[in-house]
Amino acid sequence: MDTRVPLSRRGLLKSAGGVAVLAGIGAPAIVRAQSEAIRIGHLTPRTGFLGPLGEYGVMAIDLAVEELNAAGGINGRKIELLKEDSVNPQTASTKAERMIERDKVACIIGEISSASCLTIAQVAQRNKTLYVNTGGNSDALRGADCKKFMFHVESQNSMYVKSVGRSFLSAGLVKGKSWYSLTADYAFGHDLLKVAKRFMEGNGGKFSGDELVPTDATDFSAYLLKIRSAKPDLVVLNLAGNQITNFLKQYAEFGLTFPVGGFGFDTALAWAAGKGNFVGTWPVVWHHLLDTPGTKSFVGAFTKKYGKPPENQAWGDYIAMKIVAQSMNELKTPDSVKLIEHWEKGAKFDLLKTRPGYFRASDHQLMHEMYAVTALPADQVKNQWDIFTSTGPVPGPNEDLEVIASTKDEAACTFA
Amino acid sequence: MTLVLFLQQVLNGLLDGVYYLLIALGLSLIFSLGGIVNLAHGAFYAIGAYLTLVMSPYVGFGGSLILSPVAVALLGVVIERLLFRRFYRSDPILSLLLTFGLAMVAEQALRMIFGAPPLSYSIPQALRGQIFLGDFVYSYYRTVLLLIAIGCVAALWVLLHRTAFGRVVRAGVQNPDMVGALGISLEPYMAAVAALGIGLAGLAGVLLAPIYAVHPAMGAEIITPAFVVVVIGGLGSFWGVVLAALLVGLVKGMMAAVGYSAGSTAAIYLLMLLVLLFRPRGLLGERITRFE
Repeated sequence: MDTRVPLSRRGLLKSAGGVAVLAGIGAPAIVRAQSEAIRIGHLTPRTGFLGPLGEYGVMAIDLAVEELNAAGGINGRKIELLKEDSVNPQTASTKAERMIERDKVACIIGEISSASCLTIAQVAQRNKTLYVNTGGNSDALRGADCKKFMFHVESQNSMYVKSVGRSFLSAGLVKGKSWYSLTADYAFGHDLLKVAKRFMEGNGGKFSGDELVPTDATDFSAYLLKIRSAKPDLVVLNLAGNQITNFLKQYAEFGLTFPVGGFGFDTALAWAAGKGNFVGTWPVVWHHLLDTPGTKSFVGAFTKKYGKPPENQAWGDYIAMKIVAQSMNELKTPDSVKLIEHWEKGAKFDLLKTRPGYFRASDHQLMHEMYAVTALPADQVKNQWDIFTSTGPVPGPNEDLEVIASTKDEAACTFA
Repeated sequence: MTLVLFLQQVLNGLLDGVYYLLIALGLSLIFSLGGIVNLAHGAFYAIGAYLTLVMSPYVGFGGSLILSPVAVALLGVVIERLLFRRFYRSDPILSLLLTFGLAMVAEQALRMIFGAPPLSYSIPQALRGQIFLGDFVYSYYRTVLLLIAIGCVAALWVLLHRTAFGRVVRAGVQNPDMVGALGISLEPYMAAVAALGIGLAGLAGVLLAPIYAVHPAMGAEIITPAFVVVVIGGLGSFWGVVLAALLVGLVKGMMAAVGYSAGSTAAIYLLMLLVLLFRPRGLLGERITRFE
């Protein structure tokens, strides 16, 4: 029996008419807003395995825009934020194109996936519009794939590896030791593994095993059994997104006690793993326990608005929006080319840390302090957020900020 | 790889398959009887996990192990009565669209209520620890999980194959019109099957919340492998689904065990392709006239 009601020609015409009317209602609002507000595009994954982190980016940039608009906006113009889920590299590219060509955004901010960063940067470069990467780590984006119109607030993999690497070196976990690594099987992970291997070889250690893990993997038991029999000195995680939470929960479940460390990390994933499950030492660009006035006021405002503290991805999108607005105000123009000139000359920015930072002209990477955090033992955890202790800033106060960044040999950028 | 590690990996892979089984059995039941391709099945699994987080501070893990699947099953009945029943006799593509939409609504609702970041939930204190047998190690919690899952699967088999209820359901799968002609209304059976299948997905959510990240898209993560299991197993066959779940778990686990973990996801699709090439109805799929 078939009771399907075929869509009639008349019905089809009616729905098409309805769509046209709706589109007509939507359009005038866009036209009206165009002359007054300055538009900023925000693209980041809001679904999928990086979605949880993207959500923090969205919350943070909303807060930044709210604060900026309350303080008068950019050159007296209100900021209008256009936010979209970037989904995957192809969709990210399409949406970036639309934001630039149809919506005439002054610049694009955001992203977490290194693969999507690249496709957005290609669109930005073609259209001569600034793109500020807030979450893509791969060194290749600052090396072979670097672009004149792309700047990086997020640290590159080399900076992550070298900053937490210092903690591993001082704990005696490198020279003559063997590491077992699990790596997220996409652009970010591959790049990070390469950098991690370079670090390990340069410091006299070796890998006893390395595995590529699909980004949708949820069960790590097969890997845990292999790690247990390999008996490494350190389990190294080059994972991303929910993979890290899943791994930590199951690592505790299987009762493995080898020291754990990672080269890629997000605080939200440690919070989700929770007290007792979260172990190891990890690098971060920023965390909510930093003792600086800037951080205190950002954490206070964020917690007041959202009922929970911001994590490192929130810092990236917040600070990127603040830097862009500050420079547009100083230069009295939203022009991308002028902004790039200004930044390449070494303009300094307050980053809520102890020292100001700047973009390195050779590859557009933000030079700034990083930190290594170590999980607190379960009995010392007082609340669900403050579950780690932190090193002081890396590099230390008397060191050049560039010592943790990639050298010209490691990642060469020609902007070609 | 030593023999112990190899055997451990084989066993681990099989056990991994049991998690898919809880999802896949419901999926297969609902499709076989109602012709509904339930893409929202994963969403019920996610709801089960989130309900555990909400309930366990009040009723403990043990309490939520019962209450959460029951609540999810009730939700399933409501969805069945309000939505599914309108699509039993129509083109499966319509119910596919319906449940696809439902899955998105559910995922986004979870995101709006609980936020996108994963929430923390751990194995209850009493169930932590490992079992050691010489070189062999396994998680105590997973062993408990496995026993519960096997218990449920066995109970479902008894229900479907040894009771009057099961006979009507199986007859309904083969020939609903004939069942109707015999004066038996399938409507209450449809509701019961939806409750059972969806309740099982909720149960899987409870059982996996302590070891997997609890986040809004967790349903989307599990639905694809569960579908692969149903397709490989074949429609209408209880043991086909069981066999397929174990096979999928084994293939995934072994790929990781021998060092080709990057291909573990691809491997299960390859397995599906091979099975469909040689057995288009799946491993043990029955010939169901209305789906041919």
